[in-house]
Amino acid sequence: MLGSGILQGLLVTAKNFVGSFHDPARYTTLEYPEVKPALPEAYRNFPFLVCDNATDPLGTLRCVACQICEKECPPQCIYIEKSRDKKPDATGKPQIYPAVFAIDTSVCMSCQICVEVCPFDAIKMDQVFEVATTDRYAALLLDRGQLTKPNTYFHTIHPTEAAEVDARLAADRQAAEEKARVAALAKAKAPAAPQAPAAPVAKRDQTPESAP
Amino acid sequence: MIAAALTTDSFLERLPVLARDTVTGRLPESWRWMAGSLLEIIAILAGFGLLFAYLTLAERKILGRIQNRPGPNRTGWFGLLQPFADGVKALTKEDVVPAGADRVLHFLAPVVLVAVSLLGFAVLPFGRHLVAVELDTAVLYFFAAGTATELAVFMAGWASHNKYSLLAAMRALAQLISYELPLLLSVVPVVLVAGTLSTTKIVAAQGGWSLGFVPHWHVFTPWGAAGFVLFMVAALAESNRSPFDLPEAESELIAGHLTEYSGFKYALFFMAEYFGMCALSGMAVTLFLGGWGAPLAQLEWIPSYAWFTAKLLVLLLGFIWIRATLPRLRLDQLMKFAWKFLVPLTLLNLANAAGWSLTAGWTGPLQLVRWAVALALVAVPFVVLGRTLSAGSAPRTYRFA
Repeated sequence: MLGSGILQGLLVTAKNFVGSFHDPARYTTLEYPEVKPALPEAYRNFPFLVCDNATDPLGTLRCVACQICEKECPPQCIYIEKSRDKKPDATGKPQIYPAVFAIDTSVCMSCQICVEVCPFDAIKMDQVFEVATTDRYAALLLDRGQLTKPNTYFHTIHPTEAAEVDARLAADRQAAEEKARVAALAKAKAPAAPQAPAAPVAKRDQTPESAP
Repeated sequence: MIAAALTTDSFLERLPVLARDTVTGRLPESWRWMAGSLLEIIAILAGFGLLFAYLTLAERKILGRIQNRPGPNRTGWFGLLQPFADGVKALTKEDVVPAGADRVLHFLAPVVLVAVSLLGFAVLPFGRHLVAVELDTAVLYFFAAGTATELAVFMAGWASHNKYSLLAAMRALAQLISYELPLLLSVVPVVLVAGTLSTTKIVAAQGGWSLGFVPHWHVFTPWGAAGFVLFMVAALAESNRSPFDLPEAESELIAGHLTEYSGFKYALFFMAEYFGMCALSGMAVTLFLGGWGAPLAQLEWIPSYAWFTAKLLVLLLGFIWIRATLPRLRLDQLMKFAWKFLVPLTLLNLANAAGWSLTAGWTGPLQLVRWAVALALVAVPFVVLGRTLSAGSAPRTYRFA
């Protein structure tokens, strides 16, 4: 009958109206600044640098300034200057470190290629989306200090990936120690043998496919 | 007003009149009439101005809830200060007048529209003693004054010197004139049965209860129910509300006749739209829903103006509900609906009401016959007309979608 469609429509809107007061499935609005959204684990926007020790972030950077990410970055938003000296990294081995590491987030396109190519698991994708500033030049160019965040933070934002990275790094370290021990034993057994290469290079060897 | 009735009424019922008399009593005798009228004008302006403000908020909140979002809730507690923030915003915006526009008409159109849409409130009985002007021909005056809004709408469209404004104004004229007819024809049965054009007397005619609990409101008769629905449909179109908001169809005509208006002039158009809506709803309450009358005799201790306000708000919420539900009609559908559906039904309803008032003396089983005939005269034409008009157009099959 004429008008029955209108009545059905009125019923639908009435259900929505009432439902929005008690049914969370109908009322999905989050009042943003007060209520933060629960981000999906795979959400990413800009990269950050992982450090192993939160109390000394710049001293325990995993980054060794190999500049692979800088070269691979499609929009070329990464700028790295190598240090002239070496500092011990988290495992105590002397390493080159980035004297300057800057990412221009106004250029970054969040492609995650820097993360894919990094052989050291030193750069990962962050989830901070509140990046508005009043200065569109300097404030969007993030330096080393702003980019560095501890591994524990990485665990909070991407738990699955962080657990996998930690397990892999620990296995690598163990394998390297095992190799060094075997090499030391061999060296002790055959004193005439030529000097063995320094043992813990395993980290670099582990990701050959991504190194250029 | 009526001194004898005043003494028997409750204090709350007399309160508005007492307040007015206290103020005017301090003035010399010859000024009292003028001061009283001014007070009534101020009361209407303030009351309906505030109603307009909070109606916009209510509309936005309700539309929001129906679309599963909260609606404005940042300005003040629950967004209660939002209308005032909107007002300040409208006042501080730049008032742009197009170079080619007729400056005088462009300025005059919103002013005339608001002024004209306020005229109708003069004759609405808001309560037992609350009517600004008691006219013998109040209904006629109400609709005559309301019709002048069409002039203002066309003024806006013409003066803007903009093709969208002009097209929309022409649409608006076609729509408003087409729906004027069913609007008036749906009122005629009430005048016929009540035998008067005075709004106060029409309300008085709906007083009393049959069986002790069914009020004698016109809406509880077959012709009254049909007339009420027809009146509300025509009122929707008259006040340019969805689904009849063709004159300001955003998707087709930018903003219609409002395209070249900004700042407070734009706000005035909205004010006029809401005033028109309130006035027509108030008229519907007066004509069909028993005006300020209480639904039950036991509830008469609640002041009459509270009942009027409650009924008015229910109708206004109905307007908002319908706006949230229905999509906009096409222009040809609009015209077809008015001329082929509403006008015949209102004419039949007039005949129905005439029969009803002629058979007022029937009692006993004849009363049943009277009701059956009246109900059939409402239902059968509705079904038959609906079937014939929608034949071939529904259900629609989408061959390429």
